[in-house]
Amino acid sequence: MTNEASSKQSKNRRISVFKLLLRNRLAVFGLVVLAAIVTLSLLASWLPLANPDTTDLAQRLKKPLTGGHWLGTDHLGRDLLSRIVWGTRVSLAVGITASVFAALMGSTIGIVSGYLGGRTDNLLMRGIDMLMAFPYILLALAIVAVLGPGLMNALYAIAIVNIPFFARNVRGVTVSFKRREFIDAAQLSGKNNILILLTEVLPNVLPVIVITLSTTIGWMILETAGLSFLGLGAQPPQADLGSMLGEGRKLIITAPHVSTIPGCVIFLIVMSINLLGDGIRDTLDPRLKAGALQRPAFRTQTDLPKRSANLSTTREILTVESLSTEFHTGTRVLKAVSTVDLQLCPGECLGVVGESGSGKSVTALSVLSLVASPPGKIVDGKITFDSRDLLRINNQELRTIRGGRIAYIFQDPLSTLHPLFSVGNQLVEAIRSHQMISRSDALGLALELLKKVQIPNAEMRAQAYPFQLSGGMRQRVGIAMALANNPEVIIADEPTTALDVTVQAEVLRLLKALVGENNVSLIFITHDFGVIGQLCDRVIVMYAGQVVEQGKTNEVLQSPLHPTRPSSSNACPSSGTPTKLGWRFPVCLRRLTTCQLAVSLRRAVTWWLINVNWDR
Amino acid sequence: MHREAIKSPPTSFEPRPHMSHRRQNICFYAIKRLVMAVPVIIGLTIIVFFIMALIPGDPATAILGSYATPENVAKLNEQLGLDKPLWEQYATWVGNMLNGDFGRSYNLNRAVIDEVLERFSATIILAGTALVLCSIFGLLAGIVSAVNQYGFVDKSVTLVVLVGISTPAFWLGLLLILLFGVQLKWLPVSGMYEIYGGGDLPDLLKHLILPASTLALVATGVIARLTRASMLDVLRQDYIRTARAKGVSDRRVIFKHAFKAALVSVIPVIGIQAGFVLGGAVYVETVFQWPGIGRMLVTAIATRDILLVQGGVLVVATCYVFFNLLADVFQNLVDPRIS
Repeated sequence: MTNEASSKQSKNRRISVFKLLLRNRLAVFGLVVLAAIVTLSLLASWLPLANPDTTDLAQRLKKPLTGGHWLGTDHLGRDLLSRIVWGTRVSLAVGITASVFAALMGSTIGIVSGYLGGRTDNLLMRGIDMLMAFPYILLALAIVAVLGPGLMNALYAIAIVNIPFFARNVRGVTVSFKRREFIDAAQLSGKNNILILLTEVLPNVLPVIVITLSTTIGWMILETAGLSFLGLGAQPPQADLGSMLGEGRKLIITAPHVSTIPGCVIFLIVMSINLLGDGIRDTLDPRLKAGALQRPAFRTQTDLPKRSANLSTTREILTVESLSTEFHTGTRVLKAVSTVDLQLCPGECLGVVGESGSGKSVTALSVLSLVASPPGKIVDGKITFDSRDLLRINNQELRTIRGGRIAYIFQDPLSTLHPLFSVGNQLVEAIRSHQMISRSDALGLALELLKKVQIPNAEMRAQAYPFQLSGGMRQRVGIAMALANNPEVIIADEPTTALDVTVQAEVLRLLKALVGENNVSLIFITHDFGVIGQLCDRVIVMYAGQVVEQGKTNEVLQSPLHPTRPSSSNACPSSGTPTKLGWRFPVCLRRLTTCQLAVSLRRAVTWWLINVNWDR
Repeated sequence: MHREAIKSPPTSFEPRPHMSHRRQNICFYAIKRLVMAVPVIIGLTIIVFFIMALIPGDPATAILGSYATPENVAKLNEQLGLDKPLWEQYATWVGNMLNGDFGRSYNLNRAVIDEVLERFSATIILAGTALVLCSIFGLLAGIVSAVNQYGFVDKSVTLVVLVGISTPAFWLGLLLILLFGVQLKWLPVSGMYEIYGGGDLPDLLKHLILPASTLALVATGVIARLTRASMLDVLRQDYIRTARAKGVSDRRVIFKHAFKAALVSVIPVIGIQAGFVLGGAVYVETVFQWPGIGRMLVTAIATRDILLVQGGVLVVATCYVFFNLLADVFQNLVDPRIS
């Protein structure tokens, strides 16, 4: 990228950052308040204010709005409004200077330390750690103790105390940039280190410096005011907001306005800076933005059309009819699953195959309303189980079915088992959520389950945490958990994908045996045809959120009707080991997904694929 | 677990290898952290020593004040061994401290260690209470606001947090004194006990309410904010979905599964907040005339009682190191993966 282009881009970015900031109402409020306070204090000498140092003992301790003094007078009869405006000026000047000083020193240490690394880094960072080992204000006090009370000394103290924050943050980012190509390129082109630091590293760590500055500057103004309040900062006749508060404190009962009003101004300044700082941080670092994190609710939101409760008892144990699930992010709506039908007979194993993103997992999670919501939303459908519609039952009923009568086995057992509870504990919880038995009885059952899934040394393993077990072991625990309450249906969502081939085979054998033994109906989701062939009686094929083909396993495997699926003969390599398949047909279209045209083309093709009668 | 232990007959020595293993791990970790704290404390003494060595002019004069007689200055110079090289001075100084000799405060005419420890106990009562308050309220507010994300409670908590972290503690203290002490006359506003006839626990608690709440407010805000964020993060994890798929109730998912996972990132922050609370005690003690170490430090700095400052700063900083150590051990207790 040429320099010109990059500067143009960064300019654009800056403009958009500013625009984004303006969209944050609280940040704008902070900006306005802060701007008003700063403007007032800058204009102090032109404003029609009394001399802040003129004493008039006859007029002392006047209440606000009396005798030409808007905010009253202090114990020496000085006009409080004027003193506050001038004091604000001092407070702001000292706070901002301290911040700039801390930012300069801290960032320099951070950049040098992060860029040079090695022994320099170690030495500097240990020093910084030592500074941080002190309680924040205490170090400032120690420094003031040495330098003696005074406004400048308070400024130094606060600045030094804040250096570590900048140093650590900036070092962290610098280290991450150091390994990037553009730094290598600059080094190879023969630039010296100082030049690289200034032209390549500094522009990239600048956002971090700004974020740290915006979050600490309010704090620094507060702390300088604090030192003045303690009588260690501004010395009379010089006055900042803190020292005014400190002097007025003694009169808190007779004349509360003398101390409370300066405090109020400090509060306003700090709050407006914090609001602005939060806004800047959210804009520059969108990961932390409030809206980015949303709490999924107990069950997926539904927005179902009213329809008559037509729940006939059928041969099937579980039927899904015209299920449609969408993801709503901001103004965008993504249709993950639309009008999916499936039926599961007692004791049957139904395979669901399809490429990534074809809606298999969302279909499975929708059955028990486990799709994260927001953003997920089930907009249509009926799921019949035990002559009840699972989408329309209340939370308590749903809870008893979850894990009790319909259980799940998830894909990656490292992320799906709770890392902080022992395996036994998690099994006990699964059991006790549905069976009214004591903890020790439940533990006995849990051990039995672990033995059932062929975990050797079950007593010991029950005490282990998920991170202490191998992938195969963890998935066995997952299976044990699903079997805990003798469910009628198990939905296994790619249970073997995260495992290597030999372990995969073992787990599958185990699953197959247990399903047969306990007469469980199984929905098995995978993108692996080899597995389907081994395990399933019937199979449905999903593509782009819809069911495109279904039938008996060997029929579907031997004579595929749908072009997205290759015939089984060339799907499995000659070695016979099950492998992940690549789809043949859509590849040419998938390559074009970035283009709008391709998307609509793909949609049209999908529509055609679905509406041609593929059913046998 | 508990019930099982009671049930089993006392004669059976059924080994529970992992449980004891885990306990052993925690003890081992605690000892490891304790050993690691030693260099930090040595570092603290070095920093304090050199900051004090930076005092411009003659240290003896600085310690004794500008009205000291030349004989006293000479005597102190000899006592402190100021003619010797710096590292030797440092070694002697540390050696003396290990023997409990922090020097003498000439203003108070008292051994520094006695004064510091007496004041420090008052500070620990105040800061400890504040720390407990801010942990409880911060965690609660964070959970409630995460659970009711974007709801009314969430918005009010966010507002309170914002006000909390922007309020100068010394100003808030004054406002509370005005409201509860002067206007309503509900609570005492200064000191630790009534001067006449006080001294028991209820008296102490009554005196503690205002200063401890003032001190806790800022930290509550910070902890609530972080708890909310990490709860929201945790609730999106796969293992929470697993818990729901198991049929665990929503309340249990939030208070057991999510809360425990969120604690892992909140505990270190509570440790850091201990530092802000200990430091903030300086203001609160000044406002409420609490006889703690913060107020002692301010007076000592104003009267340039350097040895007292030195001793006070060292004791509080060491205490902070131990608070952090405690936080680390707690974190290990919650999260078995840390070692």
